[in-house]
Amino acid sequence: MSAHEVNYLEEYKGKSFFERLMGWIVTYDHKRIGMLYLVTTLMSFVIGGVFALLIRTELWTPMKDFFDANTYNQIFTLHGAIMVFWFIIPAIPGALGNFCLPLMIGAKDVAFPKLNLFSYYLLVIGMLINLYGVLSGGIDTGWTFYTPYSAQTSTSVIAMVSGVFIMGFASIFTGLNFMVTVHQLRAPGMTWMRMPLFVWAIYSTSLLQVVATPVLGITLALLVMERTLGIGFFDPALGGDPVLFQHFFWFYSHPAVYIMILPAFGIISETITTYARKTIFGYNAIAYSSIGLALVSFFVWGHHMFTSGESWWANALFSAMTMFTAIPTAIKIVNWTATLYKGSIVFTTGMLYTLGFLLTFAIGGLTGLFLGSISSDKHFHDTYFVVAHFHYVMVGGTATALFAGVYHWFPKYTGRMYNELLGQLSFWFFFIGFNVTFFTQFVLGANGMPRRYFSYIPEFQDLNQISTIGAWLIAVGVFISFSNLIISALKGAKAPANPWGSKTLEWTDTASPPITHNFVQDPIVNAGPYEYGRS
Amino acid sequence: MDVEADIKKYGFPQWFKSKEHEFDSCKFGMWLFLVQELMLFGGLFVAFAMYNYLYPETFREAHHHLDKNLGALNTVFLLISSLTMVLGVAYTMRNQMGKAMLNLFLTFLLAGAFMVVKYFEYSHKIHEGLLPGALYSFAANPSTPENPQSLFFSLYFMMTGLHGIHVVGGMVCLLWIMYRIKIGKTTAERFGAVEFVGLYWHLVDLIWIFLFPIFYLVV
Repeated sequence: MSAHEVNYLEEYKGKSFFERLMGWIVTYDHKRIGMLYLVTTLMSFVIGGVFALLIRTELWTPMKDFFDANTYNQIFTLHGAIMVFWFIIPAIPGALGNFCLPLMIGAKDVAFPKLNLFSYYLLVIGMLINLYGVLSGGIDTGWTFYTPYSAQTSTSVIAMVSGVFIMGFASIFTGLNFMVTVHQLRAPGMTWMRMPLFVWAIYSTSLLQVVATPVLGITLALLVMERTLGIGFFDPALGGDPVLFQHFFWFYSHPAVYIMILPAFGIISETITTYARKTIFGYNAIAYSSIGLALVSFFVWGHHMFTSGESWWANALFSAMTMFTAIPTAIKIVNWTATLYKGSIVFTTGMLYTLGFLLTFAIGGLTGLFLGSISSDKHFHDTYFVVAHFHYVMVGGTATALFAGVYHWFPKYTGRMYNELLGQLSFWFFFIGFNVTFFTQFVLGANGMPRRYFSYIPEFQDLNQISTIGAWLIAVGVFISFSNLIISALKGAKAPANPWGSKTLEWTDTASPPITHNFVQDPIVNAGPYEYGRS
Repeated sequence: MDVEADIKKYGFPQWFKSKEHEFDSCKFGMWLFLVQELMLFGGLFVAFAMYNYLYPETFREAHHHLDKNLGALNTVFLLISSLTMVLGVAYTMRNQMGKAMLNLFLTFLLAGAFMVVKYFEYSHKIHEGLLPGALYSFAANPSTPENPQSLFFSLYFMMTGLHGIHVVGGMVCLLWIMYRIKIGKTTAERFGAVEFVGLYWHLVDLIWIFLFPIFYLVV
């Protein structure tokens, strides 16, 4: 076995501890960087999840149970900010994208490995600055940092938004890197229409990361200037307009929800074909709908401001554009469902999470239409209905798909199999807990319970308590998952190269875990990614 | 992956197919970076357009406090620097390193001259109290919510300030490529670094070509 054929986890085997440590923290290997991202973002998920449990537990009764209203404001802000900026945005592109994308297109690495490592450290630096912010006064603005409050509050807004600014550049550089990789480093024969749909999804995401994120950067920089110099862009007393901040913020943050969900769509396209053992239905439609979603998502940001005093025609336009986003999304869901038809379905953990995704994401997507229609949004705006919708898309959608992906690629990452029974158990806790938590919030929101409030009227107590119980069920599910993954990574049975019988290159052309240079022989591609009919 | 060893042995890192493949990939990456830069400035241009639309009289009044001659001088500096930058790239490609270094150094000097003029402009504004937002203290023409003179100077300082940061960044990059040429890392064979700094430098110029008229001339 030559040095080039050692698997990437054992590259430094037998070297000193220091060398092995450096092999992780200054690596240019996309697989190792993917692993760093995976560990970092899953840890962030736990931290954000603890804040979520604190919120739900405090809402057990309308009175003060554990901490006061100011602490509550800080906790829901940190829950939102950490889940969005530390977890959902970097998680799938950073962890699974880094690990799988070069393998899937038959490349030796991403186009710019040094930049890739640099992006990871930007994320870490951003996190550390945020941590400093938490320790030096916290933040109570909500994750959206809306002016005028964010320009006035005495909490450490500057440290938080500076951290997010830096993490934004981590996201931009990751997107840039992946776009160049997909354009330039595809293996011979890997035409655009032979790329796995996960690659299409990550490519669309990258487009959004490069084009939308700088606008968030400049917005947050202006917020820092507003607080330090009082530039007045967002201050009516100086001729500015606080709604401009909302426009800028959502010009990024609406495309950003597609940065969060598009990679999840990519995962589902991979898992559903593998576990149904069937060619994807409507490859072209799914591929183009990813690009379509990325483009349409730039023209819908105004639907966050139906109640902020937009002109009626702007409202009407944004509402109509929002309806358009439903089309590519529906195309995907219909195609995935059609893929299942007459498939030979295996109910592994990855498949359970995939099917769970289809159900919860469909609910999340459809309730989005209620919020995109102006008349019903006037009723639902800023209620728990919005919270429920958002979590159905982000937890029921992205996080569920992330788990599907982590279970799916776990043998490739670690070279070991996870425990199937525990995996399935974790799914049922997660799935049932999730619906118990958030379906009740649709009802609460429709009945008028406002979001972000510390207290509520006594009539809402029963539903709130059901929701809190659901949150703890999710926690049990996640705990089982994490124990399973950690123990299996250390002690699981050895995985074969292709335990699921997938047809994409990372399974068919390299070992589990892959060798340092990815492929012993550079792959030559002569068929599409989902040719399950053929042997 | 040992990048340096790859370059020494093969002339390019081994995850690319050839030297040209590496160059094209890097160039594409650089263009994407420039897209990102455009969006970064884009937000500010939108803010300018919006407030200029809301307060046309105020902005017309405020822009008389900017010195057209200094702005024009700076425009000339940057335009000439674009020429010297292009010559720097061209001479590097033709392996005339002496001329390349001279032109890159001239670019650096012109960028420096731009910053010196900006320094005089800024210190004049600071002296007069023509400052952003809450700091505005120009007594002859007070800023009110209906007539927000200060907003014009907020935009002026934010936009030219961000541009100035980019000019300084460009100067650092110029020093870096001159150093690379000196130690022989950038050669006529591997001239990518010069080309990409050149692309960046033209974008910085281009943004100024928009900033100059909207602040000094048109409003």
